[in-house]
Formats: sequence, structure tokens, C-alpha cells
Amino acid sequence: MRTSVFTLILILISAALYFAFRTIGNDYLFFAGYTVLQYVVMATAWNILGGYCGYVNFGSAGFFAIGVYSSVFLHTLADSIDDVVPDALQAPLHAIFPLPLPVMVVVGGIVAGLVGLGMGYLTLRLRGVFFAIATLALAVVMETVIVNWSFVGGSRGAYVIPPNDVPFFGPYIQFLFVLMLILVVVALVTARAIERSKLGVGFATIRDDELAAEASGVPTLRLKLIATVVSGALFGMAGAPFPYYIGYVEPGSAFNLSYAVNSIAMPMIGGTTFWAGPLIGALLLGTLQQVATVTISSAVNLLIVGLLLIGFVILAPKGIVGLWQKWMGKRAKS
Amino acid sequence: MSQTNSNSAPEAGTKPLLQIDQLGKRFGGFVALDGVSLEIPQGQRLGLIGPNGSGKSTLVNCICGALQNETGTIYFDGEKVNGMVAHQRTRRGLARSFQLPRPFMSMTVAENMRVPLMYTVNARSGTHMSHGELNDRCMELLSLVTLHEKASHMPTDLTQVEMRKLELARAMAADPKLLIADESMAGLSHSEVEDIVALLIRMNERGVTIIMIEHIMRAVMTFSQRLVVLVSGKKIADGMPEDVIQDKEVVGAYLGS
Amino acid sequence: MQFDLLINAIIAGLMLGAFYAAVTSGISISFGMLDIVNIAHPGFIILGSYIAYIVNVQLGADPIVIAIVALPAFYALGSIIYEIYYRSFEKHGQDSLRGLAFFFGLLFVTEVVLNMVFGVDYRSVNVPYIGGSLTIGWMEFPIRMLVPAVVSILMFGGLQIYLSRTFIGRAVMAVSQDPQALQLMAVDPIRIKRIAFSISLATASMAGAFLIIIQPVIPSSGREYIGRVFAICVLGGLGSLPGTLIAALLIGVIESITSTFYGPSWAPAVSFGLLLLTLAVRPSGLLGR
Repeated sequence: MRTSVFTLILILISAALYFAFRTIGNDYLFFAGYTVLQYVVMATAWNILGGYCGYVNFGSAGFFAIGVYSSVFLHTLADSIDDVVPDALQAPLHAIFPLPLPVMVVVGGIVAGLVGLGMGYLTLRLRGVFFAIATLALAVVMETVIVNWSFVGGSRGAYVIPPNDVPFFGPYIQFLFVLMLILVVVALVTARAIERSKLGVGFATIRDDELAAEASGVPTLRLKLIATVVSGALFGMAGAPFPYYIGYVEPGSAFNLSYAVNSIAMPMIGGTTFWAGPLIGALLLGTLQQVATVTISSAVNLLIVGLLLIGFVILAPKGIVGLWQKWMGKRAKS
Repeated sequence: MSQTNSNSAPEAGTKPLLQIDQLGKRFGGFVALDGVSLEIPQGQRLGLIGPNGSGKSTLVNCICGALQNETGTIYFDGEKVNGMVAHQRTRRGLARSFQLPRPFMSMTVAENMRVPLMYTVNARSGTHMSHGELNDRCMELLSLVTLHEKASHMPTDLTQVEMRKLELARAMAADPKLLIADESMAGLSHSEVEDIVALLIRMNERGVTIIMIEHIMRAVMTFSQRLVVLVSGKKIADGMPEDVIQDKEVVGAYLGS
Repeated sequence: MQFDLLINAIIAGLMLGAFYAAVTSGISISFGMLDIVNIAHPGFIILGSYIAYIVNVQLGADPIVIAIVALPAFYALGSIIYEIYYRSFEKHGQDSLRGLAFFFGLLFVTEVVLNMVFGVDYRSVNVPYIGGSLTIGWMEFPIRMLVPAVVSILMFGGLQIYLSRTFIGRAVMAVSQDPQALQLMAVDPIRIKRIAFSISLATASMAGAFLIIIQPVIPSSGREYIGRVFAICVLGGLGSLPGTLIAALLIGVIESITSTFYGPSWAPAVSFGLLLLTLAVRPSGLLGR
């Protein structure tokens, strides 16, 4: 299937989903759906580096939070141009601000992508496990910086009041939902295109054997940097609308460890070598958590995620996609 | 040091393809390479022998860029390559096979072959091979090593000797000027060794200069036009194979023990 | 910068560093020597803290005594985890991705379970010496820091002697360098690794007790140690216990000075910043080869 056809199909499915939700007309559905879609983007983003190249990123929450706080920064700046900006710049800035949310999403993506580039440049020459440890460290450094940065709220947090209604969409949450749907399409199309390109082949050689990859002419460092930047940018984009979704951002919610766990667990459970793996994992786990949060408790649903992650990595290393392929293989033989 | 190489290199071209000068490398306090110099003309079949730990693999790794040498220089095809990372050297025509075969385990035999074709040959010529061209080239190389029937198999399905052949074929897919075969025959049977030696000679006949690192003396003597002996990171002999194996120092340091 | 303030910051930092050494010793063995990236280790340290907490509250025993009594249980837990890890991942070779995810899952599950049992309130132990402090001139040694520091150094010395003097200890050092040589000596490297991993996990029992003596603990306390222990381990050079001790003291002092002069909220970034710097500039660590 060509990428353009694939994109078109995804857009049609997304549109159908939106109108179905709209027909049901329950705002809670949009709130819950937004979270699940956000996880689809994050799981896909993680998988581009983790699943395709075999480099584990434990700092997903850090990259996500970069997107979150770039929006908080831009939002706060829009409110305080007269206080913090030199007089000469005030007029042009007033003309630009407040930025439309889609622009903020792009900004969040660029900032997170740049941070990914910087960190990758520092650590990707080393063995994969050092990179993994460095990503843990990065998330803590970022959180410390944010906690001490009062402009974006510091440890107290910041209120980001979304507009009430938007034309066409009605309630703001519907607009956010559609925005996240678009990001899902972007993420999935990117992942699938990578998988089928020369880049995807290069990524797989890195995952399999980096020394042999270099010996075959694969520029491994450059490819790893590309993966880190694309992955980081998608995380940042997923995080950028979050302040408007949640209304009040504090470091604890933006850097929540459950983002890091879910970003790893979802692809691992769905399957890491195929673009649909993270999608399946995120839809399943994301929905499960939404239901469990309402019906049981949020602690229990996190426990479920952790146990599923451990169970799957031990018992079903190729995830649901792998189980499915095995099952289909057996059926074909019999 | 016994020097028997003054005019020994057969079919020597005007300019050496590979020129190594005073190469040095240590690991902590251990001196792995101690001022090794070597010139290899275009088209030569060179055998490199030495006891375990003599620095053969370190030399290969330094030439190919898996390790960086600390002192000395490496010129390849008239260009200084030390300091370059491995893939840059591969793209300039320096290919290697690994001592223990390292196929890409998640890919079929044919897909393994496509990696150097996509990343080296395409990058070098600036062209873009079509899917069909890639396939043809891939099958041509696989039939050179008689693996064409296993093209769609996974590496885990291959026998030991087939793995070695894949390793060599993948190195050849990078269309190298110089191929370094690092102990491609360890653990193979008599007839399999002959198979691989014949294969390497066929590759040489296609114009590829080859350095063969080997312990199996029978294979070394059949293959080599020139023989270099490395002991404790130093080159102790270099010349015609028949002369070198009779050299007293070589016999004492290596063959005798 | 006042002189006495600086001296006291350094003293506090050295005691803190000694405690960090105990926290890191487990990682230094599992990651540094066995190449097992046990990022769940800080989770087990917190588990140790909570065990010390329950027994202390119920029976009033000293946390360090409790930790010593709990050592065999942690050792056994280590054996079980290693066995699962070996069978599921290590045996099949090069699947570090899933191994990492496995330990990450363990870390997370430990935290969530502690959260469900004890809630998110800070818990602390009741020991007579916690409030006191030893004063020499204008130098101050809070006992709650001093006791863990001293026991920690003792434990660290014991580990170093064990690893360098006993047969099993030497085998552990050998397994990190050349598993094949070990096989020639007719020693089963898997058994050696299991023993070493179990010891590494047992240190979590002690470190947990130290932690809850020094400060109140919540289930998520472990997180701030993940990066710190790896920072110390990498900074000290992989597989070197003396290096780990030096790096731990160094980071303790730097953090202590940072929080004295710039405020405690900046302290966590110090070790992480140092880790990133070390990885970028000198990945083999201070004393590495």
C-alpha cells in the first residue's frame, strides 16, 4: 500500500471516529479518548527509537514535558509581554501572540527534537545501556530545572485556562481531540514510512548488530540521531496541547513516571517491530486504564500495566503482533 | 627482524592500495600493535598469520575502523583513512568479514545482502538501484558463494559453513577494493576449507585485493602470494610464503611452538 | 562563602557520600561486574526501608539490626530474580532491550505495591539517636547521618575484602572479565553470577535501613536514586568498588555544597549533570581503564 493511500485511510478512520463521538455527544468520551490517543502518539514515538533501533528511552516523560512546558512558556509569555519584553519588541510580539495551538505543537516538537539531538550527540556513541541511563538522568535534570524556573510556575505549577468554545468544534476538548487525532495520523504515517524505507533497514541493522552495520556501510551514529530527533519531536508534539487539556500544570503531572512506563509497556505489549504494535498496545492499555481508573482505582491500573509489561517481556517477547503472527502461521500450516 | 620482502611482492602495482605506517595501539598497559608497517599492492592475495593474541584482529580492526589506532597512519587508495569511522572506510572500498559471523538476525539472507548494496554501493555511486537491480545483484553474489537457494531463509537456518559464506558474500556486496577475511575457516571441515579458499581466489580473480587471516596453514599456503607474520604486535616476517615458513625466527616464535 | 558553613557542608557531604556508597554498592556489583542493568535496585532499597519501618514500629527494633536480619530474605529474592532474568533473557544473548524493560517493570511494580499498602504519606522510624548530634568545636555530626555512614563504610569494606580475598569473590571478579576462563576452572559462571547478584540485592536491605534513618521515606523515594546510583557507578568506573566509594563521597560533597549554598531543590540535578558530563567526556569513569 502506498503511503498516500495509507494516509488517506487513516484520515477517513479518524474522521469517522470523531463524528461517531460527536454523535454520541458525551464530553467525557472526548476527555478519555484524548488520553488514549496521546498514548498512541507516545508509544509510536518511543518505538521509533526503542523498537526499531533497540535504544531504550526511559526519559519519555522528560521529552513529553518539554512539549508541555514549551506551551506553558509561550502561554505565559503571551500574558506577560508588557512585563518581561523590552518596549521595542512589544508591538511585534503582540501581533503574533497568542500563538495558535497548532503552532505551539510544532514549537514543542522542535524544542524536544533539539534536546533529543543534543543528548543523542552526547551519549549515542556509547553502548545502548548508557544511553538508557542518560535518558533517566535527563528527565530528572529537566524536572529540576522546571521546579526552579518560576516563570513557568516552578514547583507550584501554572494555570493555563483554555478558551471556552471554538468555531465548528464547539467545546474546546473536541478541538483538542481532533488535534491529537491528527498527531496520531502523523505519528503512524511517519513510523510506517520509516519501516518501509532504507532508513528502516538501517535502523534494523543497528538493532541487530551495530558493528556489522558499520562494516556494511551504515552510518550508525547519524541514523541513531535521526531516530532520537524524530522520536523526541513526536513526544514534544504529544505534550504541547497537554496544558490546555489539564488546565493546571505542575512538574509532578508533566513528568509523571507513568508516561515513561506506558511508553515502554505499550510497544512491548503490542509488538515492537511493526508500526501497528504500539498502536494496538496503546489502544488496549490506554482504554483499559481509562476504564480501570473509573471503576477500580488509579493505583490498581498502574499495577496492571507494570505486571503486564513484566509478563509480556518474559512470556511473549514479540508482543501481541508476534502472538498473532504465530497463530496465523500455525493455522496456515494445519 | 628478518626482511625478505624487498622485491618479493608479485604483480606489484605502481602505487600500493593499502599503506600502513608505524601503526600502534594499546589496551591499558597491553601493547597490541607495536609499530606495524605494511604495504599491499593492488590485486595481491596476502596471508596474515600469527599466534593467538599476536595482534592480528587488532590490526584488522584498526584498518577497518572498528578500533582507532593511537599512532601511525593508514592510507587506503591514496587517501588517509585513520580517524574515519568504519562505515566511511567501507564506502571507500574497505570491506571485512567477521571472525564469528555476525549476520543481521532479524533479516533473511537476501535482506542481509541488500544492506551493503543500499548503504555502500548506492551511497558511493550516488545512484539509486531499483528493486529489481538490487535483487539481481544480490542473487548474483549469492550464487558466487552458492547460497542463492537459501536467499529467503533466516540466518538461524544456516549451517556453520553457510554462515561464513554469507559473511563473505555480504562483505563482497559492498563492492570492495580490499577484502579482509578474518579467520573465515576456523572449525570447518577439510572440504569446506577448500570450498572457502576457492571462493576467496574467485573473488580475487574479480580484481579484489584480499588479506586472509588464518590459522589453517594448508589454506594459507594454497591461497597466499605473500605471507606476513605477526608476533606480539610486531611484524617479524614478510615475503614469499615458501621463504617465510622456513625463516628461523618464524619457526621459533610461531610454527615451532 | 563562610568557612565554617563550607566545612560543615563538606562533613555532611562526606557522610551523605558514605551512604550513597552503600546505595550504589549493589549496582556496582550487578551493573559494573555482571553487566546486569538492574534499574529496579532503588525500588528494592525502598522495600528495605519499609521493612525496617514496619518492624521498627511493631517491635521497636533498630533499623540496622532489622536490615541484618532481613539479609537472607533479600539474598533469596535476588536469587529468584536472577533465575528469572537468566532464563528469560540472558540465556538467549543480546536482548538487552527486554531485560531493561523487565527491571523497569519491577521497579514500577514495587513502587505501586508499596503505594497501595502504605499510601503516599512519609514514613519514618523511631530510634533514640535520630535527633542527637555530635559536636566537635563548630563542626557538627548529626547522629542520624553518622551511624549510617559508619555502618555503610564497614559494609563496603567487608564487600571489598570478600570480593578480593575469597574464592567466590575472586570468581565474581573473574566472571566480569572472562566467563570462559572461569569455565576452564570448572566453575559454573551462572552460579557465580547468581551468588553475586543475590549479594548485590542483599545490600539493598542495608541501604534501605540507612535511608529511613536519614530521612522519612515515601514509595517514590527510589526514583531520585536511580540516576544518582548510576552516576556514581559510571563516575567511579564500572566494576571498581574503590572507585565507587570515591565517586560516592565526591557526589555527596558536591550535592551537600550545592544545597547549602544554592538551595536543596538544585541538588538532584548535580549528580545527573555530572553523569551526563561523564558519559560525554570520559565514559570509563574516574578510575576506569
